[in-house]
Amino acid sequence: MYPRAFEYIRSQSVAEALGHLSRLGEEAKVLAGGQSLIPMMKLRLAGPSYIVDLGGIPGLSYIREEDGHIALGAFTRHREVEESSLLRSRFPIIPEAIGLVGDVQVRNMGTVGGSLAHGEMGSDWGPVSLALNAQLRAVGPGGERRIAAKEFFLDLYTTALSQNELLAEVLISLPPPNSSGAYLKMVRRAGDFAVASVAMQMTVDDGGKCLDVGIGLGGVGLTPIKAVKAEAALKGEKVTEAVLRNAAAIAAQEADPVPDIRGSAEYRRELVKVLCYRVANIALGRIRGEAVEGGYV
Amino acid sequence: MSKEKIRVRVNGKDFEAEVEPRLLLIDLLREELGFTGPHVGCDTSNCGACTVILDGYSVKSCTMFAVQAHGKEILTIEGLAQDGKLHPIQEAFWDNHALQCGYCTPGMVMSAYYLLSRNPNPTEYQVRRGITGNLCRCTGYHNIVKAIQDAAGRMRSKA
Ligand SMILES: Cc1cc2nc3c(=O)[nH]c(=O)nc-3n(C[C@H](O)[C@H](O)[C@H](O)COP(=O)(O)OP(=O)(O)OC[C@H]3O[C@@H](n4cnc5c(N)ncnc54)[C@H](O)[C@@H]3O)c2cc1C
Ligand code: FES
Ligand code: FES
Repeated sequence: MYPRAFEYIRSQSVAEALGHLSRLGEEAKVLAGGQSLIPMMKLRLAGPSYIVDLGGIPGLSYIREEDGHIALGAFTRHREVEESSLLRSRFPIIPEAIGLVGDVQVRNMGTVGGSLAHGEMGSDWGPVSLALNAQLRAVGPGGERRIAAKEFFLDLYTTALSQNELLAEVLISLPPPNSSGAYLKMVRRAGDFAVASVAMQMTVDDGGKCLDVGIGLGGVGLTPIKAVKAEAALKGEKVTEAVLRNAAAIAAQEADPVPDIRGSAEYRRELVKVLCYRVANIALGRIRGEAVEGGYV
Repeated sequence: MSKEKIRVRVNGKDFEAEVEPRLLLIDLLREELGFTGPHVGCDTSNCGACTVILDGYSVKSCTMFAVQAHGKEILTIEGLAQDGKLHPIQEAFWDNHALQCGYCTPGMVMSAYYLLSRNPNPTEYQVRRGITGNLCRCTGYHNIVKAIQDAAGRMRSKA
């Protein structure tokens, strides 16, 4: 189907794009990779009067290490994330997860910023940003602010960004030694959104005690969910089989799944339990230096 | 709504057009420029029949506005054969019976083209991952996968 007619505005800079958004108000939408916005416009689930294209703005696409963190520009495509050797060595969880976003063509266009700003419940960036405690740098007419990933996802397709703000950058603190993470995603068919997915990043000490852990759940609520109680059940504990099983059961209770064509609420809750347990073992294996695969289950 | 002037290069030839911003790239190609090779197989950005190569990367041309392609270079299925000779991927599809109705084929071939441009010697699993964004309702994919691996061999022996 055809999208509603709109006025197209190309921006040359972030400041210019922000100016357009403030001037045009609710009738305007920014366009990044278009892999969520255009399908919604074609189905007439969205019908903005103005499209502000970020595509021509230089300098919004990068992955770099600086001052103790990794910074990703909002316009970085999923493909660049998937292929980044810097990310593979620092945070294997990120390319593992983002290599599962949709399909090749979607990853060639879709962007980090668009994915997060869209606030889709089954996105892959959602749980990963929660597991890594990412900081999202937003810019608006009054300057910039940082939003913690756990404060970012408010409701279905609703984030903490206001209409006249742009997501500019994702910041992730570099992990201490003895850290790693993994991502597991259950899908009905290749290329689909998650029925359920679990992202986990963990730090342990030499005795196998969990010093820090971040757990993000995807597809099992109106938003991606940070499993804070399961994190608390692991932190400070020696990671034994029983402790892991217990944390996984807690994570399943923190999920708040909505039944849909991809699966019932009960099924999804059960998946969280299984995936959480398995993903922890993959993360632990990686900390020990083993080559273990996450990804699709 | 004001129209936008755009310029694109398709299969090595330059085109200029004045388009409504909501015109999708697939419709620019098919309706305005006459490249009917890329197909429309869905309304939901799932099927990949519309796949073309944009500045070296495979994209779904139904999930992109024509204005976004301004100044860019596009390769469609029509651009693969040279001097009346089919591209090795097309030959391999033919020889391996990788199509039945053929509706998905232009998109499948372009996804294969992209895959092999990045990875000249893919495993079966990598081929299957590479065509995740392309649906075929006829073949069951086996012969498509075989054809792409066969094409990879043909292209390596030529290079
Ligand atoms: C077939 C298909 C399968 C998919 N499967 C998956 C999947 O398995 N997992 C997954 O995670 N995603 C999936 N996606 C979605 C994909 O990841 C999108 O790329 C992503 O959700 C949106 O990014 P985009 O750059 O394309 O944004 P757009 O579609 O351009 O924009 C999306 C929304 O974000 C806003 N926006 C964009 N950039 C910014 C910014 N910098 N600041 C503020 N607002 C902004 C836009 O105004 C719009 O509302 C799929 C998409 C398709 C078509
Ligand atoms: S026509 Fe189906 S993905 Fe483009
Ligand atoms: S050959 Fe008919 S859809 Fe693929």
